[in-house]
Amino acid sequence: MKVLVTGAGSLLLGGVAQQLADRGDEIVCFQRRVSESPHQNITMFAGDIRDRGSLTEAAVGCDAIIHGAARVGVMGSWEDFYSTNVDGTINILRAATEHRISKLVYVSTPSVAHVGHAIEGDVAKPATTGRKHAHYAESKAQAEILALQANSAELGVVALRPHLVWGPGDTQLVGRIVDRARQGRLVMVGSGHALVDSTYIDNAISAHIAALDAVAPGSVCAGQAYVISNGEPRTVNELMSRICLAAGVEFSPKHIPAVIARNIGSVVERIWPLIRKDEPPMTRFVAEQLGTAHWFDQRPAQEDLNWKPTVSLDEGFVRLAQWFAQTA
Amino acid sequence: MSAPSAQLLGEIGLDPSWSHTVEVPSHDGQIHRWHYLDRPGLSNDLPTVLCLHGNPTWSYLWSRLFNELGEKFRVVAPDHLSMGFSDQIGPRRYRERVADINDFVNALGISGQIWLVAQDWGGAIAMGYAVAHSERVAGLVLSNTGIAVPVGRKAPRLIQISASGGLHRSITRNTSLFVRGTAYLPGAGLTRQQRQGLVAPYVRRDQRDGVAGFVADVPFNEKHQTFADLAEVAAQLPSLRVPVRLWWGAKDPVFNDDFADDLMKRFTDVQIQRVANSGHLAVIETSIAPFLESAISQSRSVEQQSIEALGSEESLWSRIMNPNRENTLAIHDGADQSSVTFSELDSRVATFAQALVQRGVEAGERVAVLVPPSIDLIALVYACWRIGAVTVIADRGLGLNGLGRAVKSSRVQHVVGIRSAVVAARMLRWAPRASLIDLKSLQKSMQLEGLNQLGRPEPNSDDLAAILFTSGATGPAKGVRYTHGQLCAQREILQNVYNITDADSFVAAFAPFALFGPALGITTGLADMDVTSPATLTANALDDACRATQATMVFASPAALVNVLKTASKNLNSLRHVRLVMSAGAPVPIETLRHMQKLCPQAEMHTPFGMTEVLPVADLSLQQREAAGEGSGVCVGKPVDGCHVTIVAIDGGTMNLPSGECGEIVVSAPWMSLGYNRLWLTQQNARFESDGFTWHRTGDVGHIDGNGNLWIEGRVVHMIHAAHGSITPVPLEVACEKISGVKRAAAVGIGDKGAQQLVMVLETDQAKEDVASVQLAAKVREALADLDVVAIWETKKLPVDIRHNSKIDRTALAQKMQKVLSGRSQ
Repeated sequence: MKVLVTGAGSLLLGGVAQQLADRGDEIVCFQRRVSESPHQNITMFAGDIRDRGSLTEAAVGCDAIIHGAARVGVMGSWEDFYSTNVDGTINILRAATEHRISKLVYVSTPSVAHVGHAIEGDVAKPATTGRKHAHYAESKAQAEILALQANSAELGVVALRPHLVWGPGDTQLVGRIVDRARQGRLVMVGSGHALVDSTYIDNAISAHIAALDAVAPGSVCAGQAYVISNGEPRTVNELMSRICLAAGVEFSPKHIPAVIARNIGSVVERIWPLIRKDEPPMTRFVAEQLGTAHWFDQRPAQEDLNWKPTVSLDEGFVRLAQWFAQTA
Repeated sequence: MSAPSAQLLGEIGLDPSWSHTVEVPSHDGQIHRWHYLDRPGLSNDLPTVLCLHGNPTWSYLWSRLFNELGEKFRVVAPDHLSMGFSDQIGPRRYRERVADINDFVNALGISGQIWLVAQDWGGAIAMGYAVAHSERVAGLVLSNTGIAVPVGRKAPRLIQISASGGLHRSITRNTSLFVRGTAYLPGAGLTRQQRQGLVAPYVRRDQRDGVAGFVADVPFNEKHQTFADLAEVAAQLPSLRVPVRLWWGAKDPVFNDDFADDLMKRFTDVQIQRVANSGHLAVIETSIAPFLESAISQSRSVEQQSIEALGSEESLWSRIMNPNRENTLAIHDGADQSSVTFSELDSRVATFAQALVQRGVEAGERVAVLVPPSIDLIALVYACWRIGAVTVIADRGLGLNGLGRAVKSSRVQHVVGIRSAVVAARMLRWAPRASLIDLKSLQKSMQLEGLNQLGRPEPNSDDLAAILFTSGATGPAKGVRYTHGQLCAQREILQNVYNITDADSFVAAFAPFALFGPALGITTGLADMDVTSPATLTANALDDACRATQATMVFASPAALVNVLKTASKNLNSLRHVRLVMSAGAPVPIETLRHMQKLCPQAEMHTPFGMTEVLPVADLSLQQREAAGEGSGVCVGKPVDGCHVTIVAIDGGTMNLPSGECGEIVVSAPWMSLGYNRLWLTQQNARFESDGFTWHRTGDVGHIDGNGNLWIEGRVVHMIHAAHGSITPVPLEVACEKISGVKRAAAVGIGDKGAQQLVMVLETDQAKEDVASVQLAAKVREALADLDVVAIWETKKLPVDIRHNSKIDRTALAQKMQKVLSGRSQ
């Protein structure tokens, strides 16, 4: 199978490309900045997702697409987010139609259906739109809705929403927590008792490969969105402390009440872009994510995608600790 | 008035497609427009459910039923004329309203049988319709309603005030007091959405004309036109041959238990489910759908019928009269060192019995006995039994509130007790219409020498003897009915299992058990202790009681034994002669028994197992327990002779699961209780017939091992339904309680059934409630290696029941943990 993978610069999609190549699939990695190909089965293709022409060219001869390229974070204008995340997805859908590609895995995020209150054992709810200040979530939601609407008798589309992916080499979650803990700036929103799902990187990768294999026009998962996780929710407190333990740094966070965290996040979101270029330490979304429960019924994902996580949290933390020990 | 908007219906939780209007040709010659809710059913063969609301509500009253009733049923609920969203046509008399319903039914073309479901004055209308069209009515479910003011009772005060002259208009129409007041009546545990829904059509003054007219039609004297109409319907009710089921909110200040009793007397086939925590609007506060479905599907009630031949025809009191034991010690009370011989007890029982009869207590009447454990308590209970009165035995172990609820729910005709208890019963309105009998007055009555002198007929073996109460660890305490025959059978089995002979005597540190002493014909000792708190039994008090009675047997709760061990000294010589120690009511730690064995070296240590509904079910000696070793859950031993125990698959269906397989434990025994008191649905759910036996569902989950031992793994309602399958709590708790520092453990599930996650809550010395330390969490996960424990929580005290101080309320705990782990509590 020849697969076009966008966003392979990330830990998750890079891993997906690598494993697909390892099992013998032919991979085209579509990226803005290309490096040397890491694998004989991987072809690097330089291009911008917003440029329909280059995308159409890259998709020639492909049987499937895994679309993970996106603008992330909270910095940037709505236009920036829209052009990459929504227009970019439209370009993908056009390329798929043009080349009669029958499989599309859209890499989404749980925040597309984020409602601000606790989620306890739910299945993935439909994406919602209409957010004012969360450009990333809003643009990803619009894109997911478009992608799933494109599901048809010719093109099978499935959306995966991996929940809090972490593992060795992860700079997003693990990197930030460990950096802040080292600097003594680690903050715990609310009680730290909120139960949250998380996904060990290898499981996130295997879920995407399972989705690629499972999706086809008319298949069970076609037109559906799934939240992906280890299915082992833990308290925020336990997740953070075990990440710190694996990194060998002390875990002594400062507690701030959830309400205050949301207010801080709200102020920071507005002021930060005026004075800094990097990502802010606290946003309302982060405050809500870490302050309220978010865990999901994993049965639909596991049954429909014919997938099961293979690395438990315990095993994941062992591997994380080994990785920290090697890189230290 | 225009029909409700789809937006409003959506907001208050009604599917807009259920809302309709219809032009109905009326018996009054006009055409009226009705608003009604109509949910089509998937089956055409079933009766249509027709729901009639009262005042001041509208068809929204049935919103919960519409949302929860099985899809096979068609369910229809009109707004009465001048009510809700139906035409405002001014005041309407009761007689007209009954005819209106007939008009409505005809207009809708409902042709098959109808099950009427009605509340408040809707109930009176339903009864009126039922007697006028009995051929069309398959049954009635009535909730907090009435057809007449019960004898001996004044009209409901709240309605009376609302209907009285000057106040009438201002309460019912000009202000929203009546409409809003109904939604906020005591006991009304309504959600904000439900309250919004109930008042929706009655926001403006002119919209409340119908409400005011309805109240004005309530007859408070015989001159009122409607009085005669209601009386006519009431007179015809006994001729109705259809099943009538009452769903009764116990906290209703208007249509209270008196109204329920009044209705119970008027129908031939009538059953009641009293809903302890609901009020006037029980039909929307609690889920009535299962009750209705049960009423429709099983018009026959499951009552215990398979009483096998009794081991003996002896009455419960016959051994008190044994001429060979006249001068033998019958009861010794350690609290005041008083004693009676059997002949003295015989005299006292006879004296009390005669005095009760003189004070108007009749056979079949219910008597609450509010006397602390003492010789008088025992004598009083036997006196009641002898004259055929039904004793309501609610012990203080239920707590004062629980005791009050128990007495109240039993609808006793008489309260007998020590003065303070009788006064309390009156003050707290436990039994407002009962006669109150002071124990002192019985003691002063003319003395009889013995029961031989009492010329009263004896009750039959299938007459009701007692109502006992469950401990209410998971909800309000339930009353359990026992007949004389069943209590006799219980006596026989205890005698057989424990080889009790005349040579035995026993000390009971658990009051209800002490009652069996005279029935067994053996000397009974009451230990000096605070009966409300079993943990106050000291070693010396127990030893003293044993000395006074030369006891060969001791019965005490596990909590009492723990305190006995705590207070044990070296000079407990009388305990050394005991041959049998029994402990029950809650799991007994094996260490407690081993230590107790040292105090009673000659004794066999036994833990009978059973429940208020069936006791005993199984028995286990310390030796047997040690031989059984470890397994999944708690071993309670082999079923006693004559008790049938089998395991039923949790999802229903399959009986007699093979050994080792886990399911609900169901039992059948000759000494099994008749069933619950005034809890028809509970009874229907708990009892079923199969293989010629009546079976009792214990609500416990467990299995039977290869050796025939029964193992308990928890309560059915406490099972954790995870994605990969169901988990029983007790085996996990047993495993965690082996970790040092863990005093008690509870396993609970959070989230929706089928996707639940497992949380362990540990009782430790930890001062502050919090997630467990990393080390403790690791030990728990190691102990439960096969399962994913999402969180481990430490607490100082797990929620337990009052009576036994040991049954963990896992339901409450699960709710608490769900909240904690949602991040909502700081």
